[in-house]
Amino acid sequence: MENWKRSARAFFTAFTPPTFWLVAFFIVPLSLIWLYSFSAKTGVTGITLDWNLNQYARALEPLYLGIFWKSILMAAATTAICLVVAFPVAIAIVFSKPTMRMWLLLLVILPFWTNLLIRTYALIAVLRTNGFINWGLEWLVTNADWALSLIGLGDNRIVGPFEPLTLLYNNTAVVFGLVYVSLPFMVLPLYAALDRLDRSYLEASLDLGAGHIRTFFSIVVPLALPGIASGIVITFIPAMGSYLTPDLLGGTDSQMIANVIASQFKQANNWPFGAALSFLLMYATFFALAVRAVLMRKEGRGDVR
Amino acid sequence: MSLFKRNPDPMGPLDYSRRLSLRLTVGVTLFFLYAPILGLIVFSFNDSRRNIVWRGFTTDYYVKLFNNEALMLAFGNSLTIALFTTLFSTVLGALTAYVLWRYRFPGKAIYEGGMALPIVIPEICMGVAMMVFFARIGWPSGMMWPFNLSAITIAHIAFSFPFAAIVIRARLESFNPELAECARDLGASEYRVFNDVVVPHMRPGLIAGALLAFTLSLDDFVITFFTSGPDTVTFPVKIYSMVRFSVTPEVNAASTVLILLTLVVTAFALRMQNRNNMLGSAAH
Repeated sequence: MENWKRSARAFFTAFTPPTFWLVAFFIVPLSLIWLYSFSAKTGVTGITLDWNLNQYARALEPLYLGIFWKSILMAAATTAICLVVAFPVAIAIVFSKPTMRMWLLLLVILPFWTNLLIRTYALIAVLRTNGFINWGLEWLVTNADWALSLIGLGDNRIVGPFEPLTLLYNNTAVVFGLVYVSLPFMVLPLYAALDRLDRSYLEASLDLGAGHIRTFFSIVVPLALPGIASGIVITFIPAMGSYLTPDLLGGTDSQMIANVIASQFKQANNWPFGAALSFLLMYATFFALAVRAVLMRKEGRGDVR
Repeated sequence: MSLFKRNPDPMGPLDYSRRLSLRLTVGVTLFFLYAPILGLIVFSFNDSRRNIVWRGFTTDYYVKLFNNEALMLAFGNSLTIALFTTLFSTVLGALTAYVLWRYRFPGKAIYEGGMALPIVIPEICMGVAMMVFFARIGWPSGMMWPFNLSAITIAHIAFSFPFAAIVIRARLESFNPELAECARDLGASEYRVFNDVVVPHMRPGLIAGALLAFTLSLDDFVITFFTSGPDTVTFPVKIYSMVRFSVTPEVNAASTVLILLTLVVTAFALRMQNRNNMLGSAAH
């Protein structure tokens, strides 16, 4: 790498366009809503910047604190489920043959490239009242009833008439949807961490008489800890800020923080308050990223190699 | 398939991928990931408005789709935005990658952090920031097509060029700076060095970056949703309004078209990136 002063003109020619774009069309808009978050709403459209903290104070009211808490809980539940599901998948991928490994990785990544909206929509078709799951359950119940009627227990005496389950428009649906869209986020860092793992440790542990479960918890997990932490953060951040999933799959009480932000900007038309909420969400994101950076640095130092 | 053939070797202690329980987990997970999407695609060919029972194969909904003027307009808008985004993002991404690869300058770490910001901040925050920004500066909204799409395009470029920069920079890692030095010693100007020596090496990265920017732009919903107006509807935004309304085979058909388009572009990008890596490792 060379010092920029050695060819200052070339440096500035290459440096200016992207920097201009980033500043003018990203930093400035963000700064604008940062300023709005310290402003007061005066009248229907008027917004005056007076450096007050009222918007942030309002964000700390129980109602909004509750929504923040709920977003954190839903994202945490999503992350936990993803971790439990993704770990065996990542192990299976790491320990399979190279060609198989490539295909499995590709299969896990591919949904990433399918539109988020379409994936969420696909889940609606699965979960709704006359969706695939309820249809399958109805078939099961009807056939069970028919089978029971052969031995004289039909007419819904044991398996009552089929009542479709309400799977959509509640918190469970939102967590289900979040797991569906964020699973690849968890598999990839776990895969990367497990791939780096020195297998002789595992062999040693198994040779010395530890079972697979004990080896997993006392060898694999501690060694892969930075990767696990990374996966947790990478899954948690988008889940917490997700807008589309709660919007399409959630009910009236499953609003997450992004939905409140959107409604402040669209329906409620209270931009300063929406801006304050956006920045609180962003600070939470930065905090999570900082945690990840610290954990990754720990790994970089190589005290477990 | 080797998956079902019995492997004659005894299972080693680390042959986790041959354990039935793990295989089942992988199978169930992949089913969970793919069944909804495959169901969506299959039922776009179903000859019934009720989306659940198979009534026979039809392509009616695709015909309807192509006759739906509003939807086709949205599709055209999306492609136009994606093309401009691709063009600008590739150029800006290449310049960013070049600067970060070649130079040392004060505040470089902060600069890199700034470039990563559009990638890491929640989409909703960027969406509302763009909405407020364009409202505040009074960006003209009633312009002629395609200029009425400029606000969305600008927002798309802002979040896709840092992605393109990452891909292109990865490619530059395998470039030998001595080649550029050589050209400079032989009297080539900075522009010629960039154009005739660096860019040819960058090419696979440029293509991969361009394809990435294209799919990012084509797929984006949240940021577009907040920057689009009533007369600047994109394909995902249109699908969203249809989804809110109900689950219909038309939506399935529209989704299938978008999935296919993204898949083709992605397959191409992966191929490029693969070649990228292979060339990269061959050079060392």
